[in-house]
Amino acid sequence: MLLEVAELAVDLMTPGGSRRVVDRTSFSLDEGESLGVVGESGSGKTMTALALMGLTPEGARVSGSIRFEGRELIGLSEEAMQQLRGDRIAMIFQEPMTALNPLHKVGAQVAEPLVLHRGLTERDARGRAVDLLERVRLTEPERAARSYPFALSGGERQRAMIAMAIGCSPRLIIADEPTTALDVTVQARILTLIDGLRSESKMAILLVSHDLAVIAGHCDRVIVMYAGVIMESGPVEVVLHQPRNPYTLALLEARPRPGAPRGARLKTIPGAPPAAQEHSVGCPFAGRCALTVDRCWTTPPPEVGFGANHVSRCHRAGEVGFGR
Amino acid sequence: MLLYLGQRVALFVATLLFASLVVFAVMQILPGDAAQTMLGPTATPEAVAALSHKLGLDLPAPIRYAHWIWGALHGDLGLSYAYGSPIGPLIASSLAVSAPLALMAMALAAIIGLVAGVYAADRRGRAGDAMVMGFSQIGIAVPNFWLAILLVLVFAVTLRLVPAGGFPGWHDPARAIAALILPAIALGVVQAAIVTRVTRSAVIEALNEDFMRTARAKGVSRRAALWRHALPNALTPILTIMGLQFANLIAGAIVVENVFVLPGLGRLLLQSISNRDTLVVENGVMLLAVIVIGLNFVVDVACAAIDPRLRASAA
Amino acid sequence: MTLLVRFRPRGGLSLWLGAVLVAALIAAAAVSLVWTPYPPTAIDIPHRLAAPSAAHWFGTDNLGRDVASEILAGSRISILVGVVAVGIGLGFGIVLGLIAAFSKGLVEDGIMKLSDFVFAFPALLSAIMLTSTFGPGVVNAIVAIGVYNVPIIAKLTRATANGVLSREYALAARAAGRGPIAIAVDHVLPNIAPALIVQATIQFAIAILAEAALSYLGLGAQPPQTSWGKLLADAQNVLYNAPRLALYPGVAIALSVLGLNLLGDGLRDALDPKLKARS
Repeated sequence: MLLEVAELAVDLMTPGGSRRVVDRTSFSLDEGESLGVVGESGSGKTMTALALMGLTPEGARVSGSIRFEGRELIGLSEEAMQQLRGDRIAMIFQEPMTALNPLHKVGAQVAEPLVLHRGLTERDARGRAVDLLERVRLTEPERAARSYPFALSGGERQRAMIAMAIGCSPRLIIADEPTTALDVTVQARILTLIDGLRSESKMAILLVSHDLAVIAGHCDRVIVMYAGVIMESGPVEVVLHQPRNPYTLALLEARPRPGAPRGARLKTIPGAPPAAQEHSVGCPFAGRCALTVDRCWTTPPPEVGFGANHVSRCHRAGEVGFGR
Repeated sequence: MLLYLGQRVALFVATLLFASLVVFAVMQILPGDAAQTMLGPTATPEAVAALSHKLGLDLPAPIRYAHWIWGALHGDLGLSYAYGSPIGPLIASSLAVSAPLALMAMALAAIIGLVAGVYAADRRGRAGDAMVMGFSQIGIAVPNFWLAILLVLVFAVTLRLVPAGGFPGWHDPARAIAALILPAIALGVVQAAIVTRVTRSAVIEALNEDFMRTARAKGVSRRAALWRHALPNALTPILTIMGLQFANLIAGAIVVENVFVLPGLGRLLLQSISNRDTLVVENGVMLLAVIVIGLNFVVDVACAAIDPRLRASAA
Repeated sequence: MTLLVRFRPRGGLSLWLGAVLVAALIAAAAVSLVWTPYPPTAIDIPHRLAAPSAAHWFGTDNLGRDVASEILAGSRISILVGVVAVGIGLGFGIVLGLIAAFSKGLVEDGIMKLSDFVFAFPALLSAIMLTSTFGPGVVNAIVAIGVYNVPIIAKLTRATANGVLSREYALAARAAGRGPIAIAVDHVLPNIAPALIVQATIQFAIAILAEAALSYLGLGAQPPQTSWGKLLADAQNVLYNAPRLALYPGVAIALSVLGLNLLGDGLRDALDPKLKARS
């Protein structure tokens, strides 16, 4: 197993006290697999990704276990983490506009991990960088390498970011909303690119997104997060077609449906995610959930299995989906 | 880059011309008849008129202005009323003291300011940051001429390490530099405090940018990310402020030169103003304006060299 | 004392410490109006350059004047210069800035270019030129320093006013037909007030430093008025005999300026916490 996460928790220090943003999540990822992490803003999905990289903000406390290639990452020295980052684990970020250093040429930025981790000279690394830019299907890779970020379009910059990430052939790539800031047509192409690279080199992908369609089209398995808790996890077709958790169901139903009658109201989830300081004892979705009962407020919901690694965390998991 | 450079040069020349007009205009407005001053209160009106005519003071303003600019471009700045000697060499020799002094002070300020500012930004919110900010507050609050006096007290009077004042001339470079050390410190400390604060806030802003996270995600260490990624992005505002501060540095030099009895430009200007030596003042102030405007021009070009987006915006 | 220790407004330590120092400065000036240990100008040659004692807390200067009294009296000039110079800056600066913001176009550009230009000339140099030409003295010093405050305030006013004017409620007021003066008074001024207050305290500090420099050069307050800058010049003359005389006026200036700067920083944090995150 390439990545094994057990009871991962992240607590942020705020002026009002500590706030748990990732609440004892557990999941795993095998070589070449693609795992989607879906949830609303504030669900803890980005913080989970940052925790895997050891890049949580100052003052955040990470606890639990993250085993990568058999090695425990939590508590690892900063130097050791630096060696892993960009080499064995790489990350792609959401905003290509601001994620690249405006003062360095694109080629130099793509070359940087090669210099750091493979000991290449600047010149050799820059040559490899052009190859990488070609591999991510950038037209005129030499010109792109010589350009500064502001001269490239959003899609081109994201391709450059991907080139930066795959340079050292990492075993795991974490993609945090890689296409959210891009036009729809560009989105599809970037995702196809990532799929292609994955099958070429057997990289594992952790794809974080709030967009169910993106997850559905490009992931093997999915975990659904809400308020730092994994509400449901399992193979993508199973979870998205036969959800066993009211939150997943609500997410699916909240999507606009083409073909629905005109003037039909969009379904929304009433209420709002829990505010910063609240840490409920029971299920975080209690109150907003259509199936809420008294237990939901007082007892944490149990994990209920539905075969084929499909798990739902709900008191009434068995009743979900009936009467749709 | 060339287009940007061209635009900047044009702006530079235009600003200089404008500055010269303003300096000239101000000098005309200020009361005080140069010829009268030179001859003293007992001179007869005829003598004053004769001298005025000889000095060309009765010509119309635009002609005098043109004479001045034309002469300046040829190195002929006219004669000092008080000394009767050519102004060019007078100013040049005073500059031989003030220019190295200003450069030493600015270098000191830049080195201390950048290092302290980066340090404070790196340790933001912690003890190191508070300490640096505390020192910078004190640095800004201390009048530079008082610091100069204290430095004289400690290093010259008590410890007798360096001279208390005066300038031996450049024929003995070691002693010349020794004479400039204390004044440079007095001038540089205030500037260092300001550079520290600007550097700190600029670096903090850069540290909060997204590309910093990308750099860390590639495996770049915190230290390397700070110096290679954050600082270059912080340099543009830092350099700009340093350029703007240079004018204040010059102003401070006027007073500090007084404390250390240095025959620099500041002292020359001070004496010339009280002597009503108008031409010297005019040329001296104009020179200061040229230096300040020129320096800001250099800063602009340097920023464009660092930041490719500035070069592109000229097109 | 416990009450003072518990007083922790949003501005934090800066605000508290700054307020204490500024209060001390004002108190010194106020007290000196009615009482000083000795008349600050009373010459007493037999007791010149005396060391600090119960009779003379800071000792006496080269003419036997009581230093403590001189320090107290010097605070008056500092405050006077600061208040009037900043007042000039605010008065003209706000008007110019508002005109620039409301007029836009060439008027705005013109005012801003002029301000930039005033910046380029060292303030002290122009102050020296003015006082040398028109005569030394407090009034000319105040005018010279005040003139330099105008472009700073004007730029700040224009920048903040532009920000306010582009917001919806200002647009709504304009659409409703309210004249520019009404909009300025009702909407713009209250919103730019915090930034102006902070800048004013900083300019006050700069004014005190400038006045001290001018007096040191003999171009500021003239005898019999007492100024800290002039005290420093006097102290320099007897530096070898009585070095301690150089300490008192310098410390007074430094503490006053420090207090004002801290007050300005603290006010900035207190009035707009968002800015604190950036600084």
